[in-house]
Amino acid sequence: MLSRVANSGYWMCRYVERAENVARFLGVNLNLLLDMPSEAGRQWEPMIQVTGDHEEFQKRYGEYTQENVIQFLTFDRDYPNSIISCLYAARENARSIREIISSEMWEQLNTFYLDLKHSEQTSLAFRDPNKFLSIIKMRGHMFSGLMYSTMSHGEAWHFNRMGLLLERADKTSRILDVKYFMLLPRPEEVGAPFDNIQWAAVLKSASALEMYRKRFHRIAPKQVIEFLLFDEQFPRSIRHCLTKAEESMHWITGTPMGRFSTPAEKALGRLKADFDYTESDEVVAQGVHEFLDNLQTRLNKVDEAVNCTFFKLRPPQKEQTQSQ
Amino acid sequence: MDFSDYRTEDYYDELFQANGAPRSCSRLLIEKIESLPDGDLMQKQKAAEAMLLQMGITFNVYGSDEGAEKIFPFDVIPRVVAGDDWEKTEAGLKQRIRSLNAFIDDIYHGKKILKDKVIPEEIILSSKTYRKECEGLNPPKGIWCHVTGTDLVRDKDGQFYVLEDNLRCPSGVSYVLENRQVLKRTFPQVFAASNVRAVDEYPNRLFEMLEYLAPRSTEAPVVCVLTPGIYNSAYFEHSFLAQQMGVELVEGQDLVVFDGFVHMRTTKGFKKVDVLYRRIDDDFIDPKAFRPDSVLGIPGIMEVYKAGRIAMANAPGTGIADDKVIYAYVPKIIKYYSGEDPILPNVPTYICWNDKDRSYVLDNLDKLVVKAANESGGYGMLIGPHASQKEREEFAELIKKSPRNYMAQPTVMLSRAPTIVGGGFEGRHVDLRPYILYSDSIYVLPGGLTRVALKKGSLVVNSSQGGGSKDTWVIDSRSCA
Repeated sequence: MLSRVANSGYWMCRYVERAENVARFLGVNLNLLLDMPSEAGRQWEPMIQVTGDHEEFQKRYGEYTQENVIQFLTFDRDYPNSIISCLYAARENARSIREIISSEMWEQLNTFYLDLKHSEQTSLAFRDPNKFLSIIKMRGHMFSGLMYSTMSHGEAWHFNRMGLLLERADKTSRILDVKYFMLLPRPEEVGAPFDNIQWAAVLKSASALEMYRKRFHRIAPKQVIEFLLFDEQFPRSIRHCLTKAEESMHWITGTPMGRFSTPAEKALGRLKADFDYTESDEVVAQGVHEFLDNLQTRLNKVDEAVNCTFFKLRPPQKEQTQSQ
Repeated sequence: MDFSDYRTEDYYDELFQANGAPRSCSRLLIEKIESLPDGDLMQKQKAAEAMLLQMGITFNVYGSDEGAEKIFPFDVIPRVVAGDDWEKTEAGLKQRIRSLNAFIDDIYHGKKILKDKVIPEEIILSSKTYRKECEGLNPPKGIWCHVTGTDLVRDKDGQFYVLEDNLRCPSGVSYVLENRQVLKRTFPQVFAASNVRAVDEYPNRLFEMLEYLAPRSTEAPVVCVLTPGIYNSAYFEHSFLAQQMGVELVEGQDLVVFDGFVHMRTTKGFKKVDVLYRRIDDDFIDPKAFRPDSVLGIPGIMEVYKAGRIAMANAPGTGIADDKVIYAYVPKIIKYYSGEDPILPNVPTYICWNDKDRSYVLDNLDKLVVKAANESGGYGMLIGPHASQKEREEFAELIKKSPRNYMAQPTVMLSRAPTIVGGGFEGRHVDLRPYILYSDSIYVLPGGLTRVALKKGSLVVNSSQGGGSKDTWVIDSRSCA
């Protein structure tokens, strides 16, 4: 298939997944507020810090109020990672490959964007952020569901899925990282199960709380890390994302698993191998935030390798030195 | 809603006779519409619009941002063309296209028609769309204009006239196909009962035509649609046609010339391309041959084309027959190459390059429509009777400054068709653009795109100027006696 088309599908899915995950970040704090109303107003800053874009936020908004944070992450068109910017970009990518994807996918994404644009005026996001964000999440799911069930699982689909999963791996790492930026309990709350409530909020935002409980029953930091990083079966765990992304990549290249013929396979295969041979104890010993930071850098490298392997093809250079 | 208040006034109406009775082929449709329960028709209209928006069948208006993405306005009342009228029109179009193709081929080879002084040489050589680079070119199978969208209008007398020949990249056929889908769902019974000629086979025909051009003798030639990209106003159509034919939609950046062939960049390396249905103008197709500042084109593609290693539809250079001044000579062109009289007449045309014509035009600007030779989309145009004194004066200056670049025609009283306006029906002016494919034989899509000027009294039907569209039904005359 055309490199440009593969690239557009890959990014279309990355952007939809990114939009959905912005809703998930915001969800961490909203979940927290529901469980501990006394926290109101204290935890908005981590939502921005985790994006890595806090400087831009401070320059333009200053204060970390609920309205500012929601405005920035949801409707700010000048911020490229806001939900509306992501959906705009996803839709433009989809438009450029609408003859490749199913019309159901295109129509759903088109409506998703148009409705979000419309909702800017109704201010639902501010009046009832929980409801608003759950709509965003459901629509993100609907898109990936439509992709799964209305598009042939051929090369284009595997590029799409690879984009979706690499984005999800990055975003799950950031949801986990939110906890690192959260403020510590106030003195009067020391000893309260405050920490656990924060961890539960993190799990909930990754739609992982019930599945976590089935495996570990009670909340413990190390086990939350184990679950979100290394669980083999949970579809938002980073290891699961890497495994499935690697499957798609090898489907595309035809190289047997465990070998590589391109820089992209090498970069992703190494990262995946490290995940297979790392334990949560080691992560904690190294420092969770540092581990996640390093992971994000390596995911960017995988993206670069995908880019030069599949998307940026150069015509063969004439060997001029020899002919002269 | 009924038609009791509808008046044809002083125009030819597509659905009604002058006495107010429906034309025989539209009777069934009118009866059906009048029998609908109150509010039903408006609901159908709204449902059709919502469907188009959700499907993302939109176009971009040049020079504006994302907010200007619009659906092409659509009116659910179809325009009906009686089969008898259509047969004559179809024969006329075939005759015209065959002669125009012979003309283009002659112009880039022996130039016999100039030597025989049927057309002044200066007119041809001064045309902006004359491509010197195309002299001596032999396009595959001797065909230059593979896809044409000829604009027809009906005057008060009910006769079809050719208003413009569009032989470069005529657009709009996707709306014909989509409008039909919507209309089938809107009026299922009347559609089934009316014996409307099908349009669905167009993508197949287009694909076969493109395949027919393939220069390599391979079993499955690689055919692509070439688009300028998602910001082009007709992007939806490019994507739609690629999808319907099941071929790749490519942009200039996807293609690269090396080793004497055109290749596309794929995830598995480079792949040779055999045929391009290109929707980029000549000017932009190859920065090495034409405009060096083009970033849309493929550097070096003209060399590959000349060497016969890729086919393009339409062939570069066809624009010469699209010049609105050369249009005036088409009746002579038909006579010259076919020996026949034209079946479809032109609208009478004054050529400002001609001294006598020019002084007539300048004296009668308030009665004439003036057009620039190489503009499209309703730009560069003066509608004398509707223009202000100042606009007319400005145009007079333009004409005097470059007379070769302008022509003028009497204002045609375009026919009208009933259109939903507010809560009722009003007559609005329409034109008709049939699509013609030139392969081993010539195929004319039955009907074509009916464009409608939605503004009251307006004669400009272009989508960029507030025009909309209607489905066009060609109905066998024998079945509507």
